Amino acid sequence: MKYLANVTTLQYVSEKCTGCGRCVEVCPQAVFEMRDKRAVVIDRDLCMECGACVQNCEFGALSVNYGVGCAAAIINGMITGNEPSCGCGDTADGCCG
Amino acid sequence: MQAIQTLKFVKKTAPSWSLGTVSTPSGAVYKISTDWSRADYWGMIKSRTSAFRMNYSVQPGLYAVGDPTKDADVFVTANYKLTFDTLRRELKGLNTWILVLDTKSINVWCAAGKGTFGTDELVNRIAATKLDSVVSHRRLILPQLGAVGVNAAVVQKKTGFRVSFGPVQARDIPAYIRAGHKKTKGMSTITFSMLDRLILTPLELNPAMKKFPWIAAGILLIFGLQPSGLLFKQAWNGGLPFLLLGLLSILAGALVTPVLLPYVPFRSFALKGWIIGVLSIFLALNYFRPVTMHDPLLLSAAYLLFPALSSYIALQFTGATTYTGMSGVKRELKFGVPLYITAAGISSVLMVVFKIREWGLV
Repeated sequence: MKYLANVTTLQYVSEKCTGCGRCVEVCPQAVFEMRDKRAVVIDRDLCMECGACVQNCEFGALSVNYGVGCAAAIINGMITGNEPSCGCGDTADGCCG
Repeated sequence: MQAIQTLKFVKKTAPSWSLGTVSTPSGAVYKISTDWSRADYWGMIKSRTSAFRMNYSVQPGLYAVGDPTKDADVFVTANYKLTFDTLRRELKGLNTWILVLDTKSINVWCAAGKGTFGTDELVNRIAATKLDSVVSHRRLILPQLGAVGVNAAVVQKKTGFRVSFGPVQARDIPAYIRAGHKKTKGMSTITFSMLDRLILTPLELNPAMKKFPWIAAGILLIFGLQPSGLLFKQAWNGGLPFLLLGLLSILAGALVTPVLLPYVPFRSFALKGWIIGVLSIFLALNYFRPVTMHDPLLLSAAYLLFPALSSYIALQFTGATTYTGMSGVKRELKFGVPLYITAAGISSVLMVVFKIREWGLV
């Protein structure tokens, strides 16, 4: 299953890649693949902006505007003017299951 | 003295899934069962359907499965009880350690997103449990979805432990170990099967149904309001079709759309929900006819309002999926919210016109 095309904010600078393979190890959507000892983005539209690759890329080759892809959270954020938040752990009707 | 104290401690607080304790350089730790009791199953059902999950937790710290040695693997997990249960069930027959982080009884992925399943908590928990004296190696296996919150390089720098991100699903752990701690592509990709989606629908239906009495009261009030007062017969006869369609549109958005997700055209959740919503209203009014409605004003209002409601509810499911990202949801809302407000506004006007005509004012 794929979500909307051309919306992800994932950016990858392949010159900075050292081929450690962490991004392939952590990406739950198989966005990356190792080819010739370097990571390549095989399908950007698969990216769900979770941020796991950015968190674990030691070499700054990756960036993404990550956050919860949850309508309730984003509406919350719009109303309160804060960052989108599910209210996990705070309220009973958070969207985390 | 030490032994007596340990015994007392165990007697007082030993959880039902513990099989006693083993002594380690970091003190006595619980040896845990890899089987589920009836209470564990019941806990899962309650967590899947209600707010019960918010406080369903285990004590953070170190646990033993089987008879782990100093060289046994260490699996790190969240202190949400259902997560912990899912992990221990898959470790049957193995001799390993489990390190439970304090994630405030939230599952790994959500907790990692929040940072509670995170670098700092892991570093602190390793120190608090004196893990470096319990095991002689320096390896940790984390659930892959924890990677959102854990910076493996920082953990290694601060503790010496090298983090491997294991399979997404605990059920792949035995195969992962057999393969020499190697993941296949399947083990590191998250799927979203029809069963996965169905399991999540109670938590979509629940909040929607909680609001339904208010919607119902509003509908009955609109139809029952007459120049001579509030008439029950009018409220019921006129309002019933709308009540049923309202219920149907909630089911369309919170149940049918999530379950049929990949089979409904378009990638947008708002569009998916709207299509299922229109289809449900159309089928209900024209084929199955649990309700009949002839007035063109009411028909227009119904077709405007209810598919929009289904669409809005379907959009909420983006919070539960495994593949939707924030930028996409923001784009959907940017287009969707003005349309929802417009649809609600126009259908309210139509209802007012209907009432004015009904009261014979024009």
